[in-house]
Amino acid sequence: MQNTPLFYTFNFYLFGIIAIVAALCFVTRKSPVAAALWLVTTMFSLAAMYVMLDAQFIGAIQVLVYAGAIMVVFLFVIMLLNLGHASDITDIRNQKWRLIAAVVGVAMLAEIFVLTRSSSVPELTLPRDAAANAVIESGAVGAVATPLFTTYLLPFEITSVLLLAAIVGAVMIGKQRGLNAR
Amino acid sequence: MLAEALFFSAVLFTIGVIGVLTRRNAIIIFMCVELMLNAVNLTFVAFSRAYGAAGQIFVFFAMTVAAAEAAVGLAIIIALFRHKQTVNLQHINILKG
Repeated sequence: MQNTPLFYTFNFYLFGIIAIVAALCFVTRKSPVAAALWLVTTMFSLAAMYVMLDAQFIGAIQVLVYAGAIMVVFLFVIMLLNLGHASDITDIRNQKWRLIAAVVGVAMLAEIFVLTRSSSVPELTLPRDAAANAVIESGAVGAVATPLFTTYLLPFEITSVLLLAAIVGAVMIGKQRGLNAR
Repeated sequence: MLAEALFFSAVLFTIGVIGVLTRRNAIIIFMCVELMLNAVNLTFVAFSRAYGAAGQIFVFFAMTVAAAEAAVGLAIIIALFRHKQTVNLQHINILKG
């Protein structure tokens, strides 16, 4: 599949540009609710890009977990703390921090572009259709589930402990410390 | 598509870094961190197409860790808000010397 179809390329660029524009809108919004909704747009575009990169299961999980669960938690906290209104002018840092941000941003972009131009290791590279063929062979979920429950079983189990610790920690930290509560 | 995906991922990550450095609202900074995690996930997925399914497994774990991090981080923000009545980091400076 050396020559990717034009339609595919066009859509990939389309979703990439949507993601970047939404991300730019996201960091420039004053209102946290508007910022959160722009971030949801970015995450949906990223889900579309995952699907186009032959990672259909990851795309579905992206919509369910990121756009569905994590962002809803963010919006819930914003509304719980009544921060939906645009905050005051002190929200953006001063000139010094903006200069630092510009320098760091340019440096990181330059570094990553240099890395992108480097060549990949040909011995490790799979044939171009390998990911698509794996999805056709074992299904979109099976292509992820088989290594997850064989090679990566121990990390998967450790993840459950991490989630339990996170639940307990979140409840303990967020608990109301009233007069009669101990 | 690998080079294009890496390009978009790099730009998204940089936007996230700039957001972390220039904003003072704790919740927006937290969302910028999520954006950076998403950019890295895009890199993983793009590489997994060329180097095998391990990249997608990593994205799976990264999403799990991000969910846990969001829960704990937002709980910390709620606890901070209860003390200070603000999430503006300019007013949360009790560790400043």
